[in-house]
Amino acid sequence: MLSYAECTARERLAHLLDAASFQEWLPPQDRLTSPHLQALGVPPAFDDGVVIGHARLDGRHVFAAAQEGAYLGGGVGEVHGAKLVGLLRRALRDRPCAVLLLLDSGGVRLHEANAGLIAVSEVMRALLDVRAAGIPTLVLIGGNNGCFGGMGIVAHCADHIILSDVGRLALSGPEVIEASRGVDEFDSRDRALVWRTTGGKHRWILGDCSHLVEDAVQAFRDATLSILNGADASRPVTAKSLENEHAQLRRRLALAPPDAPANPETEAVALWRQLGVPDAEHIPDLDVAALLDRFAHEGRQA
Amino acid sequence: MSMSWQTLAGRLFGPQHAITAEGDFLSGTACLDGRIITVLGTTGHAEVGLELALAQARVVLDTVARHPGRPLLLLIDTQGQRLRRREELLGLNRAMAHLGKAIDLARRQGHAVLGLVYDQALSGGFITSGLIADACDALPEAEIYVMRLPAMARITKLPESTLRELSQNNPVFAPGVVNYLRMGGVRRLWEGDPAEALRQALADLTPQDERARDGASRGGRRLAADIIQRVLDAA
Repeated sequence: MLSYAECTARERLAHLLDAASFQEWLPPQDRLTSPHLQALGVPPAFDDGVVIGHARLDGRHVFAAAQEGAYLGGGVGEVHGAKLVGLLRRALRDRPCAVLLLLDSGGVRLHEANAGLIAVSEVMRALLDVRAAGIPTLVLIGGNNGCFGGMGIVAHCADHIILSDVGRLALSGPEVIEASRGVDEFDSRDRALVWRTTGGKHRWILGDCSHLVEDAVQAFRDATLSILNGADASRPVTAKSLENEHAQLRRRLALAPPDAPANPETEAVALWRQLGVPDAEHIPDLDVAALLDRFAHEGRQA
Repeated sequence: MSMSWQTLAGRLFGPQHAITAEGDFLSGTACLDGRIITVLGTTGHAEVGLELALAQARVVLDTVARHPGRPLLLLIDTQGQRLRRREELLGLNRAMAHLGKAIDLARRQGHAVLGLVYDQALSGGFITSGLIADACDALPEAEIYVMRLPAMARITKLPESTLRELSQNNPVFAPGVVNYLRMGGVRRLWEGDPAEALRQALADLTPQDERARDGASRGGRRLAADIIQRVLDAA
């Protein structure tokens, strides 16, 4: 079983998509690097940390992008962001069967923060354009950086999110919160706490992703195909869908009001219990199959 | 010296507006040249947490449901997203995306949506408000940046002194509305009479995202537009 987390961006694409079908646009040979890093003594990358192109997936023509988490934490800079925007605008023009975004990112690349922030907002708008055009957009998350910052917002602009149990999805990273608010607010080295707060299982229980999968490239491929073969591969944003989401988020907030006592040891389990999850305290010990099996019997309350 | 929202609202709409503050949350309506506008936003350098993100989304969704076509003005003063474990546990990224999608839906349904940074804008509080509007303008005395330097130094593992030096003169890194203007993130700075600036801003909104092109023509973000075009043209 090939671990998704341990693959590079190119390996993920190669194994997720039909064999040898991926064709890259603006490949490293083009040497498109960030002009903003030299002043900081940071070495450039010839793809600026993101791979874009098109391929076949079970025969379908799809567009795909994969962020390289090993390069500057998958951070979005000017060039990196523009490659993603270009891919999405091209999707709007060429209308592939789907757009897959393999995100592995801490968010905005702070070395070129302003350009990165604007770029992430351009990605959001371009992604929502593609979604509004009825082209299924899927975000896949399971790399070592998870999906944080602006990219954590981008993920929820897509039709579907596929998350592995080692994947993480949130806004502010634990380190940022700890640096700003202290270790008592968020101990970024407490891995179990980080996973209970931002990890794949927690997100799935809350209803924040379409699919929870094992850390395996094949599992991501299977989930992607199951979405594309399903009836709701495309889920356009409508006033009704947003009202439903609004009500879902309101219910969630009511379960954990701002003045409720916070306890990093118990708060996640307490929330799962309130959501009707049986034996909530054992959730962290379950593997994905056992978790899904339990919910197949009990139903996902969220 | 930045302008209070009350002063700004008075100069935009006169004393008759119906915008109110509830804590850090601004909402209401106002009238410009006989046209009713929905106004929403934040004040007091608000931390945008779950409640504030949803409160803003509620106003947008209500406007879309009840007042088709009514323009939306987003007044922005934020220190960014609320940095708390609770916000992450409950999914502030999704609440922010929800707000962003509500604004995006309003645009698609024909509402003019304008952002205005009148005091301070910072990353997470900004990306799903002004940066997802049809256009975002700013007052010249406003401030825009991404993250405080100590947190940035920790994340990038670069010395704070290096970052401090960079923040003096590097436009892609340094705070400031002029840098955002040059990069295309801010369309226009409002000099002179704010009411006239608002009138003009609402009159020439475009549904297309032209920020990369603006960044290139203004010299602050030279590569983005070219890269986007190269992807479109790639064989």
